[in-house]
Amino acid sequence: MSTPALVRVVEREARVYARLWRGLAFSTFVQPALYLGAMGIGLGGLVKAHSGSVDGLTYLDFVAPGLLVASAMQLAASESMWPVLGGAKWMRQFHGVVATPIRPGELYGGFVLWTAIHAMLGSAAFVLVAALLGAVPSAWGILAIPAAALCAAAFCGPIAAFSITQESDVSFPMIMRLGVLPLFLFSGTFFPISQLPSGLRPLAVFSPLWHGVELARAATTGHFDVAAVVTHVAVLVACVAAGAFAGVRTFTKRLSS
Amino acid sequence: MAGPMIEAHALTKRFGSFVAVDGIDFAIEPGEAFGFLGPNGAGKTSTMRMIGCVSPRSGGELSVLGLDPAHDGPQIRARLGVVPQEDNLDTELTVWDNLMIYGRYFDLPRREIRERAAELLEFVQLSDRRDSRVDPLSGGMKRRLTIARSLINRPEVLLLDEPTTGLDPQARHLLWDRLYQLKRSGVTLVLTTHYMDEAEQLCDRLVIMDNARIVAEGSPRQLIADNVTREVVEVRLGIDADTAAEVAALKQYGDRIEALADRVLVYTDDGDATAGAVTSDGIGAVSVLVRRASLEDVFLILTGRSLED
Repeated sequence: MSTPALVRVVEREARVYARLWRGLAFSTFVQPALYLGAMGIGLGGLVKAHSGSVDGLTYLDFVAPGLLVASAMQLAASESMWPVLGGAKWMRQFHGVVATPIRPGELYGGFVLWTAIHAMLGSAAFVLVAALLGAVPSAWGILAIPAAALCAAAFCGPIAAFSITQESDVSFPMIMRLGVLPLFLFSGTFFPISQLPSGLRPLAVFSPLWHGVELARAATTGHFDVAAVVTHVAVLVACVAAGAFAGVRTFTKRLSS
Repeated sequence: MAGPMIEAHALTKRFGSFVAVDGIDFAIEPGEAFGFLGPNGAGKTSTMRMIGCVSPRSGGELSVLGLDPAHDGPQIRARLGVVPQEDNLDTELTVWDNLMIYGRYFDLPRREIRERAAELLEFVQLSDRRDSRVDPLSGGMKRRLTIARSLINRPEVLLLDEPTTGLDPQARHLLWDRLYQLKRSGVTLVLTTHYMDEAEQLCDRLVIMDNARIVAEGSPRQLIADNVTREVVEVRLGIDADTAAEVAALKQYGDRIEALADRVLVYTDDGDATAGAVTSDGIGAVSVLVRRASLEDVFLILTGRSLED
């Protein structure tokens, strides 16, 4: 019985994670949990005193899926930049991988798959804590975990495909500041996009994070519209597919030319 | 299998308009240790990457283990071991984990990898470091681990790109000793080096590369016999000597001479007689040394340049 190449690549990442998870747990889990406490309970109390609810939800219920998916995005974005360039250029482990029967495209695919799994691990812990705090009113909330993982893959795929083309990390902090941070703040994470100036509102549909957050929110609240859910999934899958189209090529060019 | 393990005809590698490998031919037989000797930039690494199926050829023919790298890359790579020029170990992981992970890339069963990894750590003398992280290991230990890792799939051919560059003499000798052992067990070794002593120590047969081409081919002994006299007299001249005149004067003593920056090499079949004549002639030599001709001389004579340049 042979094991698919993607799974063999994931095995390596999982082994690294098993060694280093304590260091990674802060950014993937503790930090979002702190946000949930501060925003959901602290800010949420203020929201309740002033306007009662947000889109018919308590602020805690509203913000929990936003924080969940935004954390998954941040994890995916940073893991798809420095570690990818490191594997190609600084530590060069990727060159060791493609000297075996694993192809560069399979290395790419395994890397994106692992990032989704990694995001899923953090998301599962987050959803558990959120549920204990009463921020997950619906049993469908369990599906917020794969929604966050899909969103992580939607970011990891294209960013990893880009990172491997780079010779230095100068562009990475720019991507974080000018790409990831604005998405984090304005994708329906902390407030509904209806609060955006009317001219900017349509831009939210171009944010993969908004689709991910809406998907997770549909799950945790149990209020969903099937057509909207299908659209959100389709957009995220399209991002993954576009990433794969580029990534197989850029990984092959960098590692096998 | 019948025929060569690796065979190339007019093999070419271009990067844009730059020609890294310019139509080379070679054949590597089962069980031999075959070397690519040449200075940095001669095209050795590009050739190795094509053999290792991580770099598609731009032209010519290449067959590895009877298969075509352009179509059968993964199948060929499954039967090769690769020791790259720069170590690419997982430095934050342990020695043991590095072997386990690498074995899984070849889809070997975990039990088999565990058995094999224990044997290989014994072989490269790292058994007592199996639970150490890789990061703090010495350069020689990392190289040995890289060699152990490259053997995890019991390869038929081991590709070594500059295997001892950057190692101290003791670490080099330990590594050479392990490579002899492998050769004796029937593994075909293919290596690149810019050290002539390494080529002489390890290679049954080698090609000398310069400027993307092969300039000579043969066993170390045969290359020396075909291109150089038996012995070389190295004459060091004083700093204030009239070098041009003295180089001209030295011409009468040898079959040929090569003037280097700090010394003149006089090629001769009787080193002692030539050295005696040079010394008694009163040429302003600071020192006169007789040695056997080496691959370094072959390279110098064929290309007009020193290997270490």
